[in-house]
Amino acid sequence: MSPLIIGITVFVLATFVGFEVIAKVPPTLHTPLMSGANAISGITIVGAVTAAGFGAGGLATWLGFGAVVTATINVVGGFLVTDRMLGMFKRPKRADD
Amino acid sequence: MTELLYLACAAAFIIGLKRLGSPRTARTGNLIGATGMLGAVVITLVDRDVVDWGVIVAGLAVGTAVGAVAAVQVKMTAMPQMVAAFNGFGGLASALVAMSEFVRIDDPDVFANETVVTIAASVLIGAVTFSGSFVAFGKLQGIITGRPLTYPGQQLVNGVIAAGAIALIVWAIVDRSETALWLLGVATLLLGIILVLPIGGADMPVVISLLNSFSGLAASMAGFVIENTALIIGGALVGSAGLILTMLMTEAMNRPLTNVLFGAFGTGDGGGGAAGTMSDKPVKRATAADVAISLSYAQSVVIVPGYGLAVAQAQHATRALADALQEQGIKVNYAIHPVAGRMPGHMNVLLAEADVPYDQLLDLDHANSELAGADVAIILGANDVVNPSARDDADSPIYGMPILEVDRAQTVVVVKRSLSPGFAGIDNPLFYEDGTMMFFSDAKEALEAIAEALADV
Repeated sequence: MSPLIIGITVFVLATFVGFEVIAKVPPTLHTPLMSGANAISGITIVGAVTAAGFGAGGLATWLGFGAVVTATINVVGGFLVTDRMLGMFKRPKRADD
Repeated sequence: MTELLYLACAAAFIIGLKRLGSPRTARTGNLIGATGMLGAVVITLVDRDVVDWGVIVAGLAVGTAVGAVAAVQVKMTAMPQMVAAFNGFGGLASALVAMSEFVRIDDPDVFANETVVTIAASVLIGAVTFSGSFVAFGKLQGIITGRPLTYPGQQLVNGVIAAGAIALIVWAIVDRSETALWLLGVATLLLGIILVLPIGGADMPVVISLLNSFSGLAASMAGFVIENTALIIGGALVGSAGLILTMLMTEAMNRPLTNVLFGAFGTGDGGGGAAGTMSDKPVKRATAADVAISLSYAQSVVIVPGYGLAVAQAQHATRALADALQEQGIKVNYAIHPVAGRMPGHMNVLLAEADVPYDQLLDLDHANSELAGADVAIILGANDVVNPSARDDADSPIYGMPILEVDRAQTVVVVKRSLSPGFAGIDNPLFYEDGTMMFFSDAKEALEAIAEALADV
């Protein structure tokens, strides 16, 4: 199989996995799910680090630098803000009932 | 070996997302996802023959500082625009990765056709995500008007730019043209702007979910470019997560996605009101004391929060009133419409910040059965999601949208700043019903006044 076909296979299967894993999320967790997933989309940071580190110089390196900065904002900000939100979710207080 | 380590990171994403689906495991789920991400970065740094350490370290430092400060300082009421901004940065990063890969190679003829296609796709999706997200950010932050911005020939302009983008992709493939890719970037940045501008504020839950999905797709495409399965899998997971939320939101509005995106739904954010057909009908105005008296006789109260609660930052005042009611033995629940606010789960996050236990937050079905037996329903800055026209009036533009049936409660208290129609520009017959009391005020001030009056009853 060519790399492209392997890639497409992985993509399609991962999409199905995503649907199965996420389908039944309660509304309370919609925002954290979205911002947590958003942080995961920052996985492009792997490509960014590669692009920035090649030592190609010039424009390619600058584009890589921009990619590292933006991807890192996405990753660090995304995971932190999700953790902050989830830290606020309180367990039900049985005593009130 | 490296491939297997990347696979482990992808597995961490799947486990993390799975755990994000339940309140008890969500926080560790997020941590597992973050750990997978850290692992992926470390693997990359070790595996690749990094030449420019300085560039990478500088980039990571700047990005970490900006991201951390933003995440720690953002107010919960501003969370929708924060998520939009992070989305946008993710999309931009994927587009930049693809462009860097193309620019780096001196002889572009070494690229296979499909590689150029995936580079173009990364640029396209990444750029649309970036500019679209920042237009959404501007709307949510109040920098750009929340109204749908429309002009004659809008669809034609969209079509021309979309056709131009396709032509540029063909040019890029045929000629291996760097110029074509740059122009594609410019065209798709423009496309993102003009696609989101005509979408009104109340449709933002759909837009943000969809852009979330796009940011994942962009990462996947970048994964094809650099042939990295961690990117492909991670991106695909986010793509499906965003798509699920998008579908949930459009279902909750009972409108197809195409209508949300291209319908320029809603005439404004409530400035006008002159067009309201029923505005001359009388409403029953209430004071804080009137509301407090009704509440003191109640056994069951349902609070219905909407965007007005976020605008007024009234989540803590809401909790304070609920506490006061509960001390008197009155049952208090919150009815949460899926599209209340400006992003999926917006109200849940706000109320969580005010320490409201999540089992008091009822979804649509549970809320409606609770409302049927409720004595008082307090509506805080929500409008279209409680509009009975959606249920009763087949001619209404929002007919068929599932609503919170607050009119089934004995008494309805509507806290609202004015009688202006909601985002959709549709008058709300609920305001004129016999059992409805209108309390014209900012949500926070109203809640504080009611709590004070309640203490005196």
